[in-house]
Amino acid sequence: MSETELLLWVRGPALQIATAIFLLGIVVRIVEILMLGRKKNLAEARGSAVAGGLRTMFSRSIPDRGTLQRSMFNVVAGYVFHIGFFVVLFLFAPHILLFQDVTGVSWPALPTPVVDATAVVTMIALLAVLVHRLLNPVMRFLSRFQDYLVWLVTILPVVTGYLAFHRVDVVPPPTLIVVHILSVELLMVIFPFTKLMHAFTLFMARYYNGAIAGYKGVNS
Amino acid sequence: MSKDETLGAALRRQGISRRGFLKFCAATASMMALPPAMVPAIAAALEKARRPSVIWLSFQECTGCTESLTRSHSPTVEGLIFDTISLDYHHTLQAAAGTAAEAAREAAMEENFGEYILVVDGSIPLGNPGFSTIAGISNQSMLLDTAKGAAAIISVGTCAAYGGIPHASPNPTGAVSVSDLIKDKPIINVPGCPPIPMVITGVLAHFLTFGAIPELDELGRPKAFYGKSIHDRCYRRPFYDKGLFAETFDDEGAKKGWCLYKLGCKGPTTYNACATTKWNEGTSFPIEAGHPCLGCSEPDFWDGGGFYKALSMPTEDIARTAVYAVGAGAAAGVALGAMSRAKKKRAEKAHKKVTIDDLEKGG
Repeated sequence: MSETELLLWVRGPALQIATAIFLLGIVVRIVEILMLGRKKNLAEARGSAVAGGLRTMFSRSIPDRGTLQRSMFNVVAGYVFHIGFFVVLFLFAPHILLFQDVTGVSWPALPTPVVDATAVVTMIALLAVLVHRLLNPVMRFLSRFQDYLVWLVTILPVVTGYLAFHRVDVVPPPTLIVVHILSVELLMVIFPFTKLMHAFTLFMARYYNGAIAGYKGVNS
Repeated sequence: MSKDETLGAALRRQGISRRGFLKFCAATASMMALPPAMVPAIAAALEKARRPSVIWLSFQECTGCTESLTRSHSPTVEGLIFDTISLDYHHTLQAAAGTAAEAAREAAMEENFGEYILVVDGSIPLGNPGFSTIAGISNQSMLLDTAKGAAAIISVGTCAAYGGIPHASPNPTGAVSVSDLIKDKPIINVPGCPPIPMVITGVLAHFLTFGAIPELDELGRPKAFYGKSIHDRCYRRPFYDKGLFAETFDDEGAKKGWCLYKLGCKGPTTYNACATTKWNEGTSFPIEAGHPCLGCSEPDFWDGGGFYKALSMPTEDIARTAVYAVGAGAAAGVALGAMSRAKKKRAEKAHKKVTIDDLEKGG
Protein backbone atom coordinates (compact mmCIF):
# COMPACT_ATOMS: atom_id res chain seq x y z
CA MET A 1 0.00 0.00 0.00
CA SER A 2 1.44 3.38 -0.99
CA GLU A 3 1.62 6.35 1.35
CA THR A 4 -1.32 8.01 -0.43
CA GLU A 5 -3.45 4.89 -0.21
CA LEU A 6 -2.57 4.55 3.49
CA LEU A 7 -3.52 8.15 4.14
CA LEU A 8 -6.85 7.64 2.37
CA TRP A 9 -7.43 4.45 4.34
CA VAL A 10 -6.77 6.01 7.75
CA ARG A 11 -8.91 9.05 6.89
CA GLY A 12 -11.74 6.86 5.58
CA PRO A 13 -12.45 3.19 6.30
CA ALA A 14 -10.11 2.97 9.31
CA LEU A 15 -11.76 5.99 10.90
CA GLN A 16 -15.16 4.43 10.26
CA ILE A 17 -14.10 1.21 11.98
CA ALA A 18 -12.59 3.09 14.92
CA THR A 19 -15.65 5.34 15.29
CA ALA A 20 -17.99 2.33 15.17
CA ILE A 21 -16.07 0.41 17.86
CA PHE A 22 -15.60 3.55 19.99
CA LEU A 23 -19.26 4.60 20.04
CA LEU A 24 -20.75 1.11 20.08
CA GLY A 25 -18.54 0.11 23.00
CA ILE A 26 -19.25 3.26 25.00
CA VAL A 27 -23.01 3.10 24.50
CA VAL A 28 -23.19 -0.62 25.35
CA ARG A 29 -21.30 -0.08 28.58
CA ILE A 30 -23.28 2.97 29.65
CA VAL A 31 -26.64 1.33 28.88
CA GLU A 32 -25.55 -1.80 30.75
CA ILE A 33 -24.64 0.24 33.82
CA LEU A 34 -27.88 2.21 33.70
CA MET A 35 -29.96 -0.96 33.35
CA LEU A 36 -28.46 -2.40 36.51
CA GLY A 37 -30.75 0.04 38.28
CA ARG A 38 -30.65 0.96 41.95
CA LYS A 39 -32.29 -0.79 44.82
CA LYS A 40 -35.38 1.02 45.99
CA ASN A 41 -34.57 3.10 49.04
CA LEU A 42 -37.33 2.56 51.59
CA ALA A 43 -36.11 5.23 53.94
CA GLU A 44 -37.88 8.59 53.91
CA ALA A 45 -36.10 11.17 51.74
CA ARG A 46 -34.48 14.03 53.65
CA GLY A 47 -33.38 15.90 50.57
CA SER A 48 -33.29 15.79 46.79
CA ALA A 49 -31.32 12.92 45.29
CA VAL A 50 -31.25 14.59 41.85
CA ALA A 51 -30.00 17.92 43.18
CA GLY A 52 -27.33 16.20 45.24
CA GLY A 53 -26.28 14.06 42.30
CA LEU A 54 -26.00 16.94 39.87
CA ARG A 55 -24.12 19.08 42.38
CA THR A 56 -21.58 16.38 43.11
CA MET A 57 -20.95 15.78 39.38
CA PHE A 58 -19.32 19.20 39.33
CA SER A 59 -18.23 19.79 42.91
CA ARG A 60 -15.91 16.77 42.84
CA SER A 61 -13.90 18.50 40.13
CA ILE A 62 -12.52 20.82 42.78
CA PRO A 63 -10.03 18.90 44.90
CA ASP A 64 -10.61 19.24 48.61
CA ARG A 65 -7.84 20.50 50.83
CA GLY A 66 -7.01 17.08 52.27
CA THR A 67 -6.52 15.48 48.88
CA LEU A 68 -4.51 18.44 47.71
CA GLN A 69 -2.20 18.19 50.72
CA ARG A 70 -1.77 14.45 50.45
CA SER A 71 -1.21 14.20 46.71
CA MET A 72 -0.40 17.61 45.33
CA PHE A 73 1.60 16.10 42.47
CA ASN A 74 -1.17 13.79 41.27
CA VAL A 75 -3.74 16.56 41.31
CA VAL A 76 -1.60 19.17 39.54
CA ALA A 77 0.01 16.87 36.95
CA GLY A 78 -3.34 15.14 36.38
CA TYR A 79 -5.15 18.41 35.78
CA VAL A 80 -2.38 19.73 33.55
CA PHE A 81 -2.36 16.76 31.21
CA HIS A 82 -6.16 16.44 31.11
CA ILE A 83 -6.68 20.11 30.30
CA GLY A 84 -3.74 20.06 27.90
CA PHE A 85 -5.15 17.03 26.12
CA PHE A 86 -8.54 18.72 25.73
CA VAL A 87 -6.99 21.94 24.46
CA VAL A 88 -4.90 20.10 21.87
CA LEU A 89 -7.80 17.88 20.84
CA PHE A 90 -10.58 20.45 20.66
CA LEU A 91 -8.92 23.81 20.04
CA PHE A 92 -6.44 23.05 17.23
CA ALA A 93 -7.80 24.43 13.95
CA PRO A 94 -7.36 21.26 11.81
CA HIS A 95 -9.07 19.18 14.53
CA ILE A 96 -12.03 21.55 14.65
CA LEU A 97 -12.38 21.08 10.89
CA LEU A 98 -12.71 17.34 11.52
CA PHE A 99 -15.43 17.82 14.15
CA GLN A 100 -17.18 20.32 11.92
CA ASP A 101 -17.16 17.87 9.04
CA VAL A 102 -18.67 15.10 11.18
CA THR A 103 -21.06 17.03 13.42
CA GLY A 104 -21.68 20.27 11.53
CA VAL A 105 -20.74 22.23 14.66
CA SER A 106 -17.74 24.55 14.68
CA TRP A 107 -16.06 26.73 17.26
CA PRO A 108 -13.11 29.15 17.32
CA ALA A 109 -9.60 27.72 17.48
CA LEU A 110 -6.76 28.82 19.72
CA PRO A 111 -3.74 30.35 17.94
CA THR A 112 -1.57 27.47 16.74
CA PRO A 113 1.54 28.49 18.77
CA VAL A 114 -0.57 28.31 21.96
CA VAL A 115 -1.76 24.80 21.04
CA ASP A 116 1.82 23.91 20.19
CA ALA A 117 3.07 25.01 23.60
CA THR A 118 0.17 23.22 25.29
CA ALA A 119 1.15 19.99 23.53
CA VAL A 120 4.66 20.29 24.97
CA VAL A 121 3.30 20.91 28.48
CA THR A 122 0.91 17.95 28.08
CA MET A 123 3.71 15.62 27.06
CA ILE A 124 5.85 16.76 30.01
CA ALA A 125 2.95 16.23 32.42
CA LEU A 126 2.23 12.78 30.99
CA LEU A 127 5.89 11.81 31.29
CA ALA A 128 5.89 13.12 34.86
CA VAL A 129 2.89 11.00 35.87
CA LEU A 130 4.59 7.93 34.38
CA VAL A 131 7.80 8.62 36.28
CA HIS A 132 5.76 9.16 39.43
CA ARG A 133 3.93 5.88 38.85
CA LEU A 134 7.23 4.05 38.47
CA LEU A 135 9.02 5.69 41.40
CA ASN A 136 6.23 5.70 43.97
CA PRO A 137 6.24 2.21 45.57
CA VAL A 138 2.49 2.21 46.27
CA MET A 139 1.60 3.39 42.78
CA ARG A 140 3.94 0.86 41.22
CA PHE A 141 2.43 -1.92 43.32
CA LEU A 142 -1.08 -0.95 42.26
CA SER A 143 -0.24 -0.60 38.57
CA ARG A 144 -1.20 -3.30 36.12
CA PHE A 145 -0.42 -3.76 32.44
CA GLN A 146 -3.56 -1.82 31.52
CA ASP A 147 -2.40 1.26 33.39
CA TYR A 148 0.73 1.44 31.25
CA LEU A 149 -1.27 0.64 28.10
CA VAL A 150 -3.74 3.49 28.60
CA TRP A 151 -0.85 5.83 29.38
CA LEU A 152 0.81 4.83 26.10
CA VAL A 153 -2.27 5.22 23.91
CA THR A 154 -2.93 8.61 25.54
CA ILE A 155 0.53 10.07 24.95
CA LEU A 156 0.96 8.57 21.45
CA PRO A 157 -1.51 10.89 19.66
CA VAL A 158 0.08 13.92 21.35
CA VAL A 159 3.63 12.90 20.45
CA THR A 160 2.80 11.86 16.88
CA GLY A 161 0.68 14.98 16.39
CA TYR A 162 3.56 17.13 17.59
CA LEU A 163 5.98 15.38 15.23
CA ALA A 164 3.51 15.62 12.34
CA PHE A 165 2.89 19.34 12.92
CA HIS A 166 6.61 20.11 13.08
CA ARG A 167 7.25 17.66 10.23
CA VAL A 168 10.19 16.12 12.06
CA ASP A 169 11.86 14.29 9.23
CA VAL A 170 12.36 10.90 10.92
CA VAL A 171 9.95 9.50 8.34
CA PRO A 172 8.34 11.40 5.44
CA PRO A 173 5.84 13.93 6.85
CA PRO A 174 2.78 12.35 5.14
CA THR A 175 3.68 9.08 6.90
CA LEU A 176 3.78 11.03 10.18
CA ILE A 177 0.22 12.18 9.52
CA VAL A 178 -0.78 8.56 8.84
CA VAL A 179 0.86 7.42 12.10
CA HIS A 180 -0.81 10.26 14.00
CA ILE A 181 -4.29 9.38 12.74
CA LEU A 182 -3.64 5.68 13.38
CA SER A 183 -2.59 6.43 16.95
CA VAL A 184 -5.88 8.28 17.53
CA GLU A 185 -7.78 5.35 16.04
CA LEU A 186 -5.93 2.99 18.38
CA LEU A 187 -7.00 5.17 21.30
CA MET A 188 -10.62 5.08 20.09
CA VAL A 189 -10.61 1.30 19.62
CA ILE A 190 -9.29 0.39 23.07
CA PHE A 191 -11.17 3.20 24.83
CA PRO A 192 -14.42 1.35 25.69
CA PHE A 193 -12.63 -1.74 27.00
CA THR A 194 -10.22 -0.05 29.41
CA LYS A 195 -10.07 2.44 32.25
CA LEU A 196 -10.30 5.16 29.64
CA MET A 197 -14.08 4.69 30.03
CA HIS A 198 -13.68 6.85 33.14
CA ALA A 199 -14.16 9.83 30.84
CA PHE A 200 -17.86 8.93 30.86
CA THR A 201 -18.40 6.70 33.91
CA LEU A 202 -16.75 9.27 36.16
CA PHE A 203 -19.80 11.50 35.95
CA MET A 204 -22.18 8.57 36.50
CA ALA A 205 -20.27 7.50 39.61
CA ARG A 206 -20.25 11.04 40.94
CA TYR A 207 -23.97 11.33 40.31
CA TYR A 208 -24.73 8.12 42.22
CA ASN A 209 -22.55 9.19 45.14
CA GLY A 210 -24.12 12.62 45.22
CA ALA A 211 -27.63 11.20 44.87
CA ILE A 212 -27.16 8.82 47.82
CA ALA A 213 -25.92 11.68 49.98
CA GLY A 214 -28.59 14.07 48.69
CA TYR A 215 -31.35 11.60 49.55
CA LYS A 216 -30.05 11.47 53.08
CA GLY A 217 -29.90 15.24 53.16
CA VAL A 218 -26.17 15.47 53.64
CA ASN A 219 -23.40 17.00 51.59
CA SER A 220 -21.15 14.68 49.67
CA MET B 1 19.65 19.32 -38.27
CA SER B 2 21.54 16.08 -38.74
CA LYS B 3 21.30 13.28 -36.25
CA ASP B 4 25.03 13.29 -35.68
CA GLU B 5 25.19 16.96 -34.74
CA THR B 6 26.15 17.45 -31.10
CA LEU B 7 23.98 19.40 -28.71
CA GLY B 8 26.65 22.10 -28.38
CA ALA B 9 26.84 22.60 -32.13
CA ALA B 10 23.07 22.63 -32.47
CA LEU B 11 22.71 25.23 -29.75
CA ARG B 12 25.40 27.47 -31.23
CA ARG B 13 23.75 27.18 -34.61
CA GLN B 14 20.53 28.39 -33.01
CA GLY B 15 22.27 31.45 -31.58
CA ILE B 16 22.73 30.33 -27.98
CA SER B 17 25.91 31.87 -26.59
CA ARG B 18 28.44 29.90 -24.58
CA ARG B 19 27.51 32.11 -21.62
CA GLY B 20 23.83 31.28 -21.99
CA PHE B 21 24.62 27.60 -22.28
CA LEU B 22 26.77 27.61 -19.13
CA LYS B 23 24.06 29.50 -17.28
CA PHE B 24 21.65 26.73 -18.15
CA CYS B 25 24.18 24.13 -17.00
CA ALA B 26 24.68 25.96 -13.68
CA ALA B 27 20.92 26.27 -13.16
CA THR B 28 20.49 22.58 -13.92
CA ALA B 29 23.26 21.66 -11.47
CA SER B 30 21.80 23.73 -8.65
CA MET B 31 18.29 22.50 -9.40
CA MET B 32 19.45 18.90 -9.22
CA ALA B 33 21.33 19.69 -5.99
CA LEU B 34 24.70 18.86 -7.57
CA PRO B 35 27.87 20.62 -6.40
CA PRO B 36 29.01 23.66 -8.48
CA ALA B 37 32.10 21.64 -9.48
CA MET B 38 29.78 19.52 -11.60
CA VAL B 39 28.85 22.44 -13.89
CA PRO B 40 31.82 22.00 -16.27
CA ALA B 41 31.14 18.25 -16.36
CA ILE B 42 27.52 18.88 -17.28
CA ALA B 43 28.56 21.41 -19.90
CA ALA B 44 31.15 19.07 -21.39
CA ALA B 45 28.77 16.13 -21.44
CA LEU B 46 25.91 18.11 -22.96
CA GLU B 47 28.26 19.75 -25.46
CA LYS B 48 29.36 16.39 -26.77
CA ALA B 49 26.04 14.59 -26.45
CA ARG B 50 24.66 13.22 -29.69
CA ARG B 51 21.05 14.06 -30.05
CA PRO B 52 19.43 11.06 -28.44
CA SER B 53 16.47 9.47 -30.16
CA VAL B 54 13.29 10.03 -28.22
CA ILE B 55 10.07 8.17 -28.88
CA TRP B 56 7.07 9.75 -27.25
CA LEU B 57 3.98 7.62 -26.81
CA SER B 58 0.68 9.23 -25.88
CA PHE B 59 -1.97 6.92 -24.47
CA GLN B 60 -5.03 7.81 -22.36
CA GLU B 61 -4.10 11.45 -21.84
CA CYS B 62 -5.38 14.96 -22.49
CA THR B 63 -2.25 16.34 -24.22
CA GLY B 64 -1.84 18.70 -21.28
CA CYS B 65 1.62 17.33 -20.61
CA THR B 66 2.70 18.05 -24.18
CA GLU B 67 1.10 21.49 -23.96
CA SER B 68 2.98 22.19 -20.76
CA LEU B 69 6.30 21.33 -22.36
CA THR B 70 5.87 22.92 -25.75
CA ARG B 71 3.78 25.99 -25.04
CA SER B 72 5.41 26.88 -21.77
CA HIS B 73 7.09 30.03 -23.10
CA SER B 74 8.92 31.57 -26.02
CA PRO B 75 12.05 29.59 -26.84
CA THR B 76 14.50 29.42 -23.99
CA VAL B 77 17.63 27.40 -23.57
CA GLU B 78 15.53 24.67 -22.01
CA GLY B 79 13.16 24.79 -24.93
CA LEU B 80 16.00 24.48 -27.38
CA ILE B 81 17.54 21.59 -25.53
CA PHE B 82 14.16 20.02 -25.86
CA ASP B 83 14.06 20.83 -29.58
CA THR B 84 17.51 19.46 -29.93
CA ILE B 85 16.74 15.95 -28.93
CA SER B 86 15.76 13.83 -31.86
CA LEU B 87 12.05 13.48 -31.26
CA ASP B 88 11.45 10.69 -33.72
CA TYR B 89 7.87 9.94 -32.84
CA HIS B 90 5.23 12.06 -31.15
CA HIS B 91 1.87 11.75 -32.77
CA THR B 92 0.73 15.21 -31.72
CA LEU B 93 3.83 17.08 -32.81
CA GLN B 94 5.13 15.16 -35.80
CA ALA B 95 4.21 16.12 -39.34
CA ALA B 96 3.85 12.57 -40.53
CA ALA B 97 0.58 10.76 -40.02
CA GLY B 98 -0.84 7.30 -40.39
CA THR B 99 1.46 4.66 -41.87
CA ALA B 100 4.35 7.12 -42.26
CA ALA B 101 4.22 8.01 -38.58
CA GLU B 102 4.29 4.39 -37.48
CA ALA B 103 7.13 3.74 -39.94
CA ALA B 104 9.11 6.55 -38.28
CA ARG B 105 8.64 4.91 -34.90
CA GLU B 106 9.69 1.51 -36.17
CA ALA B 107 12.72 2.98 -37.95
CA ALA B 108 13.83 4.87 -34.83
CA MET B 109 13.44 1.73 -32.74
CA GLU B 110 15.49 -0.33 -35.12
CA GLU B 111 18.24 2.27 -35.62
CA ASN B 112 18.70 3.05 -31.94
CA PHE B 113 17.78 -0.27 -30.36
CA GLY B 114 18.82 -0.31 -26.73
CA GLU B 115 19.67 3.40 -26.76
CA TYR B 116 16.57 5.44 -27.30
CA ILE B 117 14.63 7.18 -24.56
CA LEU B 118 10.97 6.29 -24.36
CA VAL B 119 8.70 9.02 -23.05
CA VAL B 120 5.15 8.04 -22.19
CA ASP B 121 2.26 10.24 -21.26
CA GLY B 122 -1.16 8.84 -20.48
CA SER B 123 -2.31 5.65 -18.79
CA ILE B 124 -2.79 2.26 -20.42
CA PRO B 125 -6.27 0.68 -20.44
CA LEU B 126 -6.33 -3.04 -19.67
CA GLY B 127 -10.13 -3.33 -19.54
CA ASN B 128 -10.40 -3.70 -23.32
CA PRO B 129 -7.62 -3.21 -25.87
CA GLY B 130 -10.05 -1.25 -28.01
CA PHE B 131 -10.51 1.52 -25.46
CA SER B 132 -7.45 3.34 -26.79
CA THR B 133 -5.55 2.49 -29.95
CA ILE B 134 -3.03 4.19 -32.21
CA ALA B 135 -2.99 3.06 -35.86
CA GLY B 136 -5.02 0.07 -34.77
CA ILE B 137 -2.42 -0.99 -32.19
CA SER B 138 -3.58 -1.20 -28.59
CA ASN B 139 -1.77 0.98 -26.09
CA GLN B 140 -0.62 -2.05 -24.12
CA SER B 141 1.01 -3.84 -27.05
CA MET B 142 2.57 -0.62 -28.37
CA LEU B 143 4.10 0.09 -24.95
CA LEU B 144 5.42 -3.44 -24.45
CA ASP B 145 6.81 -3.48 -27.99
CA THR B 146 8.46 -0.05 -27.83
CA ALA B 147 9.83 -0.53 -24.32
CA LYS B 148 11.90 -3.53 -25.40
CA GLY B 149 14.65 -1.42 -26.99
CA ALA B 150 14.49 1.57 -24.68
CA ALA B 151 17.49 2.59 -22.58
CA ALA B 152 15.16 4.20 -20.08
CA ILE B 153 11.52 5.18 -19.83
CA ILE B 154 10.30 8.55 -18.63
CA SER B 155 6.68 8.50 -17.50
CA VAL B 156 5.56 12.09 -18.00
CA GLY B 157 2.49 13.18 -16.11
CA THR B 158 0.52 11.51 -13.36
CA CYS B 159 -1.47 9.31 -15.78
CA ALA B 160 1.65 7.55 -17.08
CA ALA B 161 3.32 7.55 -13.67
CA TYR B 162 0.42 6.38 -11.47
CA GLY B 163 -2.68 5.98 -13.64
CA GLY B 164 -3.88 9.53 -12.96
CA ILE B 165 -7.39 10.62 -13.87
CA PRO B 166 -8.29 7.57 -16.02
CA HIS B 167 -7.32 5.42 -13.01
CA ALA B 168 -9.67 7.39 -10.71
CA SER B 169 -12.48 5.44 -9.12
CA PRO B 170 -14.32 3.56 -10.62
CA ASN B 171 -11.57 3.28 -13.28
CA PRO B 172 -13.90 2.33 -16.17
CA THR B 173 -11.08 1.48 -18.59
CA GLY B 174 -8.97 -0.54 -16.16
CA ALA B 175 -6.22 2.07 -16.54
CA VAL B 176 -2.75 1.28 -15.20
CA SER B 177 0.58 3.10 -15.08
CA VAL B 178 3.70 2.33 -17.12
CA SER B 179 5.44 0.84 -14.07
CA ASP B 180 2.51 -1.53 -13.59
CA LEU B 181 3.37 -3.13 -16.96
CA ILE B 182 7.12 -2.67 -17.39
CA LYS B 183 9.35 -4.19 -14.74
CA ASP B 184 12.70 -4.68 -16.46
CA LYS B 185 13.61 -1.13 -17.52
CA PRO B 186 14.68 1.91 -15.54
CA ILE B 187 11.58 4.11 -15.21
CA ILE B 188 11.66 7.73 -14.15
CA ASN B 189 8.30 9.07 -13.03
CA VAL B 190 7.77 12.77 -13.69
CA PRO B 191 4.26 13.17 -12.26
CA GLY B 192 2.17 16.29 -12.23
CA CYS B 193 -1.00 17.32 -13.97
CA PRO B 194 0.85 18.54 -15.95
CA PRO B 195 4.47 18.33 -14.75
CA ILE B 196 6.67 21.44 -14.66
CA PRO B 197 8.53 21.88 -18.02
CA MET B 198 11.84 22.52 -16.23
CA VAL B 199 11.56 19.17 -14.49
CA ILE B 200 11.46 17.14 -17.68
CA THR B 201 14.34 19.08 -19.28
CA GLY B 202 16.25 18.64 -16.03
CA VAL B 203 15.68 14.88 -16.10
CA LEU B 204 16.74 14.72 -19.76
CA ALA B 205 19.85 16.80 -19.02
CA HIS B 206 20.75 14.51 -16.16
CA PHE B 207 20.37 11.45 -18.36
CA LEU B 208 22.50 13.00 -21.12
CA THR B 209 25.19 14.12 -18.67
CA PHE B 210 25.61 11.00 -16.60
CA GLY B 211 24.16 8.38 -18.91
CA ALA B 212 22.17 7.19 -15.92
CA ILE B 213 18.88 8.01 -14.30
CA PRO B 214 18.83 10.43 -11.37
CA GLU B 215 18.28 9.34 -7.78
CA LEU B 216 14.62 8.44 -7.31
CA ASP B 217 12.28 8.35 -4.33
CA GLU B 218 10.14 5.30 -3.49
CA LEU B 219 7.53 6.47 -5.99
CA GLY B 220 10.09 6.59 -8.78
CA ARG B 221 10.37 10.40 -8.85
CA PRO B 222 13.70 12.26 -9.15
CA LYS B 223 14.53 13.38 -5.62
CA ALA B 224 16.04 16.60 -6.92
CA PHE B 225 12.58 17.85 -7.88
CA TYR B 226 10.28 15.80 -5.68
CA GLY B 227 12.42 15.64 -2.55
CA LYS B 228 10.50 18.27 -0.59
CA SER B 229 6.79 18.75 -0.08
CA ILE B 230 4.94 21.83 -1.30
CA HIS B 231 4.10 22.65 2.34
CA ASP B 232 7.74 22.63 3.41
CA ARG B 233 8.69 25.07 0.66
CA CYS B 234 5.52 27.15 0.64
CA TYR B 235 5.87 30.90 1.10
CA ARG B 236 2.52 30.81 2.97
CA ARG B 237 3.91 28.36 5.53
CA PRO B 238 4.42 31.02 8.25
CA PHE B 239 0.66 31.61 8.21
CA TYR B 240 0.03 27.90 8.73
CA ASP B 241 2.44 27.89 11.64
CA LYS B 242 0.67 30.87 13.19
CA GLY B 243 -2.77 29.37 12.57
CA LEU B 244 -3.87 32.12 10.17
CA PHE B 245 -6.14 30.58 7.54
CA ALA B 246 -8.31 31.82 4.70
CA GLU B 247 -11.81 30.51 5.44
CA THR B 248 -13.25 31.25 2.00
CA PHE B 249 -11.83 32.31 -1.33
CA ASP B 250 -12.78 35.97 -0.86
CA ASP B 251 -12.50 36.72 2.83
CA GLU B 252 -9.93 38.98 4.49
CA GLY B 253 -7.59 36.03 5.06
CA ALA B 254 -7.63 35.14 1.37
CA LYS B 255 -6.89 38.76 0.46
CA LYS B 256 -4.03 38.87 2.95
CA GLY B 257 -2.55 35.71 1.45
CA TRP B 258 -3.03 33.47 4.48
CA CYS B 259 -2.67 29.68 4.46
CA LEU B 260 -5.14 27.72 2.29
CA TYR B 261 -5.20 24.59 4.49
CA LYS B 262 -8.87 25.00 5.41
CA LEU B 263 -9.78 25.34 1.73
CA GLY B 264 -8.39 21.88 1.08
CA CYS B 265 -4.71 22.49 0.29
CA LYS B 266 -2.88 19.19 -0.22
CA GLY B 267 0.55 20.85 0.08
CA PRO B 268 1.46 18.97 3.30
CA THR B 269 1.25 15.59 1.54
CA THR B 270 2.36 16.56 -1.96
CA TYR B 271 5.90 16.32 -3.29
CA ASN B 272 6.72 18.57 -6.24
CA ALA B 273 8.88 21.53 -7.20
CA CYS B 274 6.02 24.02 -7.80
CA ALA B 275 6.79 26.14 -4.74
CA THR B 276 10.41 26.67 -5.79
CA THR B 277 10.63 26.25 -9.57
CA LYS B 278 7.18 27.73 -10.13
CA TRP B 279 5.39 27.99 -13.48
CA ASN B 280 5.53 30.25 -16.52
CA GLU B 281 9.18 31.13 -16.22
CA GLY B 282 9.09 31.36 -12.46
CA THR B 283 6.06 33.67 -12.38
CA SER B 284 3.80 31.92 -9.94
CA PHE B 285 2.26 28.63 -8.86
CA PRO B 286 -1.30 27.66 -7.88
CA ILE B 287 -0.99 28.55 -4.18
CA GLU B 288 0.53 31.93 -5.07
CA ALA B 289 -2.48 32.48 -7.34
CA GLY B 290 -4.76 31.84 -4.35
CA HIS B 291 -5.82 28.27 -5.02
CA PRO B 292 -5.04 25.29 -2.79
CA CYS B 293 -2.67 22.60 -4.08
CA LEU B 294 -4.62 19.66 -5.54
CA GLY B 295 -1.78 17.21 -4.92
CA CYS B 296 -1.58 16.37 -8.63
CA SER B 297 1.86 14.75 -8.45
CA GLU B 298 0.72 12.08 -6.00
CA PRO B 299 -0.89 8.72 -6.83
CA ASP B 300 -4.71 8.68 -6.60
CA PHE B 301 -4.88 12.46 -6.18
CA TRP B 302 -8.28 12.43 -7.88
CA ASP B 303 -9.69 10.14 -5.19
CA GLY B 304 -8.20 12.08 -2.27
CA GLY B 305 -11.56 12.88 -0.70
CA GLY B 306 -12.23 16.14 -2.54
CA PHE B 307 -10.06 19.04 -3.64
CA TYR B 308 -11.74 21.49 -1.26
CA LYS B 309 -11.87 19.20 1.74
CA ALA B 310 -9.17 19.92 4.33
CA LEU B 311 -6.61 17.18 4.93
CA SER B 312 -7.77 16.68 8.50
CA MET B 313 -11.33 15.95 7.38
CA PRO B 314 -12.42 12.32 6.96
CA THR B 315 -12.91 10.97 3.47
CA GLU B 316 -15.97 8.88 4.41
CA ASP B 317 -19.31 9.75 5.98
CA ILE B 318 -18.39 9.35 9.65
CA ALA B 319 -21.64 10.90 10.92
CA ARG B 320 -23.65 8.05 9.41
CA THR B 321 -21.26 5.50 10.92
CA ALA B 322 -21.68 7.25 14.28
CA VAL B 323 -25.49 7.12 14.12
CA TYR B 324 -25.46 3.41 13.26
CA ALA B 325 -22.90 2.67 15.96
CA VAL B 326 -24.89 4.49 18.66
CA GLY B 327 -28.10 2.74 17.55
CA ALA B 328 -26.48 -0.68 17.51
CA GLY B 329 -24.74 0.05 20.82
CA ALA B 330 -28.04 1.04 22.48
CA ALA B 331 -29.75 -2.11 21.19
CA ALA B 332 -26.88 -4.35 22.27
CA GLY B 333 -26.69 -2.59 25.63
CA VAL B 334 -30.41 -3.10 26.29
CA ALA B 335 -30.16 -6.76 25.30
CA LEU B 336 -27.14 -7.34 27.55
CA GLY B 337 -28.80 -5.39 30.37
CA ALA B 338 -31.96 -7.49 30.05
CA MET B 339 -29.88 -10.65 30.16
CA SER B 340 -28.16 -9.64 33.37
CA ARG B 341 -31.50 -8.67 34.90
CA ALA B 342 -32.94 -12.06 34.03
CA LYS B 343 -29.87 -13.68 35.54
CA LYS B 344 -30.33 -11.66 38.70
CA LYS B 345 -33.98 -12.72 38.93
CA ARG B 346 -33.11 -16.38 38.42
CA ALA B 347 -30.50 -16.11 41.15
CA GLU B 348 -33.03 -14.51 43.47
CA LYS B 349 -35.52 -17.31 42.79
CA ALA B 350 -32.97 -20.03 43.31
CA HIS B 351 -31.85 -18.44 46.52
CA LYS B 352 -32.82 -20.56 49.53
CA LYS B 353 -32.90 -19.03 52.93
CA VAL B 354 -30.98 -20.87 55.63
CA THR B 355 -33.04 -21.54 58.74
CA ILE B 356 -31.99 -22.38 62.27
CA ASP B 357 -33.15 -25.95 61.58
CA ASP B 358 -30.81 -26.26 58.62
CA LEU B 359 -27.93 -25.16 60.73
CA GLU B 360 -28.77 -27.51 63.55
CA LYS B 361 -29.16 -30.44 61.11
CA GLY B 362 -25.78 -29.68 59.69
CA GLY B 363 -24.22 -29.61 63.18
